[in-house]
Amino acid sequence: MSLQTVKFYQTGTYTVGNRLLGPDDRSVQSGELRSNSINSGHRACQGCGEALGARYAIDAAMAESNNQLIAVNATGCLEVFSTPYPESSWQLPWIHSLFGNAAAVATGVAAALKVKGKTDVRVVAQGGDGGTTDIGFGCLSGMFERNDDVLYICYDNEAYMNTGVQRSSATPPTARTATTMPVGKEPGNVFGQGKSVPEIAMAHGIPYVATATVADLRDLEYKVRKAMKMHGARYIHIFVPCPLGWGSASHDTIKLARLAKETGMFPVFEAEHGEVTSVLKIRNKQPIEEYLKPQKRFAHLFGKHAHPEMVAHLQAIADRNIRKYGLLDEEKAHG
Amino acid sequence: MLKQIEGSKAVAEAIALCRPEVICAYPISPQTHIVEALGEMVKSEKLTPCEFINVESEFAAMSVAIGSSAAGARSYTATASQGLLFMVEAVYNAAGLGLPIVMTVANRAIGAPINIWNDHSDSLSQRDSGWMQLFAETNQEAVDLHIQAFKLAEELSMPIMVCMDGFILTHAFERVDIPTQEQVDGYLPTFDPRQSLDPKEPISIGAMVGPEAFMEVKYLAHAKQMQALELIPQLAAEFKQQFGRESGGLVRTYRAEDAETMIVAMGSVLGTVKDTVDEMREQGHKIGVLGIISYRPFPLQEVRAALVNCKRFVVLEKSLAVGMGGIVATDVRMAVSGTGLKGFTAIAGLGGRNITKASLHKLFLEAEQEKLEPVTFVDLDWEVVNKQLEREKQNRHSGPIAENILYDKGMSTSAKFG
Repeated sequence: MSLQTVKFYQTGTYTVGNRLLGPDDRSVQSGELRSNSINSGHRACQGCGEALGARYAIDAAMAESNNQLIAVNATGCLEVFSTPYPESSWQLPWIHSLFGNAAAVATGVAAALKVKGKTDVRVVAQGGDGGTTDIGFGCLSGMFERNDDVLYICYDNEAYMNTGVQRSSATPPTARTATTMPVGKEPGNVFGQGKSVPEIAMAHGIPYVATATVADLRDLEYKVRKAMKMHGARYIHIFVPCPLGWGSASHDTIKLARLAKETGMFPVFEAEHGEVTSVLKIRNKQPIEEYLKPQKRFAHLFGKHAHPEMVAHLQAIADRNIRKYGLLDEEKAHG
Repeated sequence: MLKQIEGSKAVAEAIALCRPEVICAYPISPQTHIVEALGEMVKSEKLTPCEFINVESEFAAMSVAIGSSAAGARSYTATASQGLLFMVEAVYNAAGLGLPIVMTVANRAIGAPINIWNDHSDSLSQRDSGWMQLFAETNQEAVDLHIQAFKLAEELSMPIMVCMDGFILTHAFERVDIPTQEQVDGYLPTFDPRQSLDPKEPISIGAMVGPEAFMEVKYLAHAKQMQALELIPQLAAEFKQQFGRESGGLVRTYRAEDAETMIVAMGSVLGTVKDTVDEMREQGHKIGVLGIISYRPFPLQEVRAALVNCKRFVVLEKSLAVGMGGIVATDVRMAVSGTGLKGFTAIAGLGGRNITKASLHKLFLEAEQEKLEPVTFVDLDWEVVNKQLEREKQNRHSGPIAENILYDKGMSTSAKFG
């Protein structure tokens, strides 16, 4: 019998329509049993990538853990917008301690569960890029190195949004933030050496590292569920656009997440024990300008006082990602 | 069981008898022997079930304890000095969240200049953190206070530091009565947390609290410590019943009945103070001692009651409020406010400087004659101090202070350790 590949993508989105799938293949989010772990009514901005990413990630982790999940949260937007007490969006046990210690608090929760023999209860820690790649980095590395039984999820919106859009170590070069203003000889954030925390996580050799974006939510759910099937330290780095901090339209959150992936700026991959096991290929490669132009944080690169050399530098970074991770199929890469 | 044992080892055995479920540790002198001993007990399964976690910093140590305590496990750590400062944000957080963590502080000076020896600057810097602080006079008391500390912390759902002088106690071998497991089990009930992260009853812990409720939360932390003022003597009484010896409580007096001069102190220096007082008593001096065990909560009433009948008092403390004088002395003066009592502050033993009977004898005699300055720095080498002050006057680029002092003392680091 000859097989024919049928693609169930909705036009222009690459999203598989749930209606076309059997119940077992449908997304957690579309299922009636989804846990709504982050309930509606929270105070996130319109178009918040982090709220979307966290909703999909935590609901998927809940589904995979049979709703036996405890969440630890670093200080940041997610923490603030979700718990304007006496209201709390969290439908699972949730603790916020400090900005820089979510990974260590999660280690403590996991240790308590282990010592009490509650092997069915799992732990997820979550923080923004500031709480993960900067102030919480020491605790994160310690948790990785000990291989504690924690899934850490970083929601990366590339700056300190909660405090008013200041630069973090995840802020891309040239981006305007409140502490990297588009003034002077090198406007916006400087070109440093960068800091790939997913790669640093891989260097710890932990069982599972993955990156994802809120443009590919099925992929995000799949990675969270896969991570939750494993034990030990696991890390998922989710790219979450921030309309407020990036100066982008609320309705462009998913589009920008997709462009970050399709330009090569944000490589989407999985790794096990330090080795890349799969990458999400670029389907329709876009020039970096397509990604930069809808964002006011990059506005100073274009227009009257344009900086084409900086755009070229950013393109080179994207191209290096494409080469390094093999993000383009052979024929596309050479075509 | 009576044992000739190192203080740290004795404390480790006491902790193990309290059945901690999570111990997290980062090494810092002079706390190391405590966690080393506990680590071995967990690894050899003498202490089980218990998770011993070697963390990457003191900040992580306290953070892990926050997580494990919030998830309902009896949690313990130990630190000192720079380590305590490194975890400060989490120290306040643990108290703010009301988590009954027990932590040993092997009291040690704070740098710079780096110094590993004993004084009380570290835990006293956390005076207002919301943690209770009990100070041990002897290694026996260190053992006993830890057992009481778990009960106190868990009863109030507030964290507690048991403070023991670094090296002087932690590294001293002396006779200690280590209780049996049955005795401790009979005294310390299993941990029944007031709040716990549990999927069966999901709660949110650590929400943002605005001006509408913050004061009430903070007041309750204060109220808990006021409750501790009642509870600490009760627990000491119960302890005596179960273990047959006096240990703990808020304060303890010594030869204070008709004392005209009272010496107030905390920790192991009380031994030297008592010896000096014994000698002076033999010579007919009316002098007595007030030892403060509970530094936080501070027992204002008990301190006042112990001092109200004397004529003058000296607060001998191993800490310095730079720019002001004494730290403990300020609290003691608060306790006796309105009595018109004459109070002196004596700063002694900073960075492990020996506090000798000879020095104390001289100090106490001068106090008796009310010849002391309001703040006295015991055994301060005025010659090198004045030399450095003069150097700074003469030379704009006078260089680093500590190294100048060492040079003047004729004991530069290279000469001593080279």
